[in-house]
This record gives sequence, structure tokens and C-alpha cells, in this order.
Amino acid sequence: MSYVDDGFYADIVKAFADWQRPELEISDVATRDECRALLEREARLLDDGRFEEWLGLYSKHCVLWVPAAERAGDPRREVTIFFDDRQRLEDRIFRLRTGKAWSQVPPSRTVRMVSNVEVFRAGEKLMVRSNLLLIEFRAGETRSLAAWCAHRLAHGKIDAKQINLLERDQSLRNPSILL
Amino acid sequence: MSTSTFFEHLVHDDRVHRSIYTDPAIFELEMTHIFGGVWCYLAHESQIARPDDYITGKLGLRPIIVLRDSNGTLRALFNRCTHRGARVCRDARGSARTFQCPYHGWTYFNSGKLRGVPWPEGYACDFSDGKYNLAQLPRVESYRGFIFGTLNADAPSLAEYLGPAKKPIDEWLDRNPGGRVLVSEANRLKFKGNWKLAYDNAADGYHVVFSHRSLLETENRHAADPNKGMSFYMGKPDEAPMYVQYFGRGHHFKDKRPNVERRPGALWEIEGAQPGMTAYEKAIREKLGAKALRALDLAASEPVNINIFPNLSILGNHIQVFQPLAVDETESVWHATAIVDEANELEGMAHAVNAIRMRTQESFPNFGEVDDAANFEEIQKGLAACEDEWVYMHRGLGIPGRVQKLADGTLKAPATDEVFMREHMREWQRLMTTRPNIVLAR
Repeated sequence: MSYVDDGFYADIVKAFADWQRPELEISDVATRDECRALLEREARLLDDGRFEEWLGLYSKHCVLWVPAAERAGDPRREVTIFFDDRQRLEDRIFRLRTGKAWSQVPPSRTVRMVSNVEVFRAGEKLMVRSNLLLIEFRAGETRSLAAWCAHRLAHGKIDAKQINLLERDQSLRNPSILL
Repeated sequence: MSTSTFFEHLVHDDRVHRSIYTDPAIFELEMTHIFGGVWCYLAHESQIARPDDYITGKLGLRPIIVLRDSNGTLRALFNRCTHRGARVCRDARGSARTFQCPYHGWTYFNSGKLRGVPWPEGYACDFSDGKYNLAQLPRVESYRGFIFGTLNADAPSLAEYLGPAKKPIDEWLDRNPGGRVLVSEANRLKFKGNWKLAYDNAADGYHVVFSHRSLLETENRHAADPNKGMSFYMGKPDEAPMYVQYFGRGHHFKDKRPNVERRPGALWEIEGAQPGMTAYEKAIREKLGAKALRALDLAASEPVNINIFPNLSILGNHIQVFQPLAVDETESVWHATAIVDEANELEGMAHAVNAIRMRTQESFPNFGEVDDAANFEEIQKGLAACEDEWVYMHRGLGIPGRVQKLADGTLKAPATDEVFMREHMREWQRLMTTRPNIVLAR
């Protein structure tokens, strides 16, 4: 039973609109450092292919949203690059682990750099803005993907994440890694 | 060697020469003979719904602006200033009555007619001469929302070009309320391979259980009875009721509907798990009662692939477009479609149907197409072995009774047959040896 329903969508669309407001910014160094450490841990687990541990950083009722349009819009009305709930993320990992996901056989090697971390208050939760530079090597070629990310954190877990790829409305070559 | 003899050497009954996928000179000819010679899919009407709406794109490699002009007429203008050649429009989409070239300020109405140039007293010519208008495709037509265009003045009407393919297109549309759909964003992929690799794949029932093995295993990992998605390809797919059909002119059809029981809800039952499906299914059932199953089937993927040569594939709920970028690079855009329910046949539940339908449409590009694209790239790499010249597509060839010729002249064969590929290659060969009557309108 998926927890994604109309109310869940409405909450996510609202939460990821107009949240980077100066009056909500958190300047406390310890909080910012905790958030930065979580994002760096996430990058390391993904780069090391430790996908099950990576998913452990997420809340039970999480979502990973990668919009396909220049403005994120409403995923109920338009397709995204992906909008994954926990089951779909588990499916994604399962597929990569079959050994027959040819787009990842052999798997990509990746290095993620996380920077420009800023933290904002969102009620009881935190919203974290960061930049991501992902270098990917596969099948003899090295390429890069850049994005700005929004992590919503609750009780030390990632409960929603939006990845805004620089090339989100352009064609992507082999977008088969876990972002 | 004459051109026709040259191409006869490349396309045989059972195989084609590797160079048709790798030779830049052949690719360049294709941009004239194929992408200049036949009706190509340009856009969907919902992408340019109102007068003055436009989107930019390509016809082969030619930059074009597909638009509805201020009078509502569909046009495809070359996005190329008559003056010095710069693209006059640099946005992906928008609304505009005129286009002004940013380089020297020449301005055109969206009919393509030149509106004016800066400091005209510096010219001795007569700018009312049509030769200064933007070039445009002489023929642009729509079939039920699908806009096609061609440069070939001698092409048959679009309806004639589509021929028997109109029937499955009609059926694909008529399953939706009001018999229409809206395009709502896209999953956009590209691969380092020739565009024909994607078109060859479009009706290929042979690759499914191999190329898409990981998808089949994933979709069925929770199913007690593995019947989700394309599971009907497991076992003996050639003995299943699905089939492949060749329509002529390069168009073909992979019809998997006969594998699914003809009753409301049967399609929904084989849909894999999608985010939000349980909550929206509950809401739809509560609201619509007995009519709920029809609505749920609209959220599920329609099991057809209707392939219109050279660049369109209508499959599942997608409008997929193949866009060549170079001899060895192709874009494959999966435009998603949403339903529109103006007559309120679904009693306000169209929103819920679309909320599921968006997620079902993300599934295949993410979990299926990426693996095909990886295999297309591996073909392009494999074909670098230049002494090993042939690519085989002879599955089913020579087996008596396997390919049936139907009364309407179309060919029907078991699901994994490659007859459709052999036939579109024959059509490709015919087009490559026929000079189209290319005319620019202005």
C-alpha cells in the first residue's frame, strides 16, 4: 500500500515551492554542519554502490522527485524524469541488482561533489539547498551531470528530495544510475 | 555504380549492410530522401493549442518552428533568417505574432511573411518579393491532433500516407474520453547510435524478454502469478495471440491487445506497482462504482506499438519521437499524454486517472528504454568491425505459412517475427533511390 495520495502530492508540491526565503534561513553552524554531513554521507553511499544503506537514510514515507520541466510543476499533471516513492526506489535498486539491467552492466563509477549547502526552516522540518556535481565513468567515457538539490529533512532522515538537473528538459544519455 | 545498384547491394532479403547505420554519406542522403521525402511527425496539436503558439524542433537536421499562425493555420517554418541564416527563434516554445532575428533585426510575421527590415532605404530591392519571406514546408497536415509535414510536393495526402495505420491510431485515441489526449511533458533520452536502430526496435517482439529482463523481473517481484507488464512474452511468444503487422510505406504495428482479456479492468490488472495507484484506485472505485474499471484502464498502459515511418511510435500512452542528431546519435523523446474529460464522462475523476497515468508513463523510459538504448549503443560499437559486413533480420523468413498476406495487402506474422524490419528496409531502399520533389514554400 503506497502512502502516496492526493494529499501527499499537494504537500510535496507546496513544500518545494517558495521555501528559500531569507527570513527562514538558518545560520546556526552546528545545524548546517549536521545537514552537510548527511548529504556527504548520502553521496558516499551512492558512489560506493551501497544502495540499501543509502535508502536507510530516507524516512519510511519518502519521495525522490526529479522534474522534467524547467519549472517543477505538479507531478499529478505532467511526467517527471522520475517521481519515486519507497517501493519504486526499492524496485530501482532491485533492478540494478538483477545483473540484467544492461544500461548498468558494467555499472557506472561515480564521484559526487556536494557544495553550497544552505539550510532553511520549514515548520518542524528543515529544507536544505545544495549543489551537486556528479562525474560518471562508464563504457570508456567520462561525463558530468550537475544539479541543485532540495532535501527535506525530518527527525534526521530525508523525507523528500528534489533534484533539479541542469539539463532536466533536455535529452539525457543513459540516465540509469541512482541519482 | 548507379545509386539504385549501390542501394541494392546494401539491402537484401535476409540482411542489410552495416554501412546503412554507420556511413555519414548515407546519413546525409537520408536527410533529403527520407526526412525530406516523406511525411514526418512534427508535433501534437495540444502543444500549440492557441493561435500564435509555437514550438521549435527539427525536420531531419533542419531547424523548424511548428506553429499555429495568427489566423490559426498550422505551419512549419524554417527557423533560419532569410538574410544571413541565423535561427530567428531560440526558445523551445512560446507564443509570438512575429519573430525578429536577433542578429540584424529582420522581422517576420508568424505566417512566414517578411514584416520589415531595419533601414530599408539602404536596399535597392523590392522586399514585397516573396523570396525574402521565411522558407516553410509546402505541406503541413494534421491527423486527429498529430501534425505531420513534408517538403515533398509529390507526396500523397497524409491520410493516404498513413493508410491502414489510421485504424489503430483511431482506436488508440478513441479509448480516451472525447477521443483525444494532451501532451504533458516528456522523458527525453539520447543514445550514441543510428536512428534506424530505434525504428528497427519499434515492433521487435524478439528482444523483449532479453533486453528487458530486469524490467520483467522487477515488475513481477511481488506478483504471486507473474502476469505483470509484458510477461506474456515469456514462454512461447510466437504462440500467443499477439502479432506484428506490416502496413506498407514503412509503417508497422505490434498489437499485444489480444493477450489481454477483452473486459474492463483487465489492462489495469497487469499494470505494475506505481506510486499513488492504491489511493487513487480507491477514490476512483468509490466515486465511479461499476464505471471505475474503464477509468482505471485509462491509467494503465495500452499494449500497442503503432510505428509511423520514419520518426513516430505511438506506444502505451506515449507519443515517442525519434530525432536523428548525427549518423551515430539519436534523440528518443517519450511525450507523455494526459486525458481531457470535457464531457465529464469520468465524473471529475480524470484528475485521479492522470495522477496514476503520469507515473505509469515514467516506468518504461526509466526501467526499459535505458536498457534498449544501451544495446543500441553496443550495436553501433559492434558495427565498427568493418569486415563483418552484415546485419541479419531474417527471423521467420522462408518458413511456409508464417507470414500471412491479408486481404488489405498488409502482412501479419507471429510476435517475434522480423518481417516488419525487412519490409521497412525495402521501403527505405526504395526511398533512397527515388529523388523526392522537394519544394520550399515562402
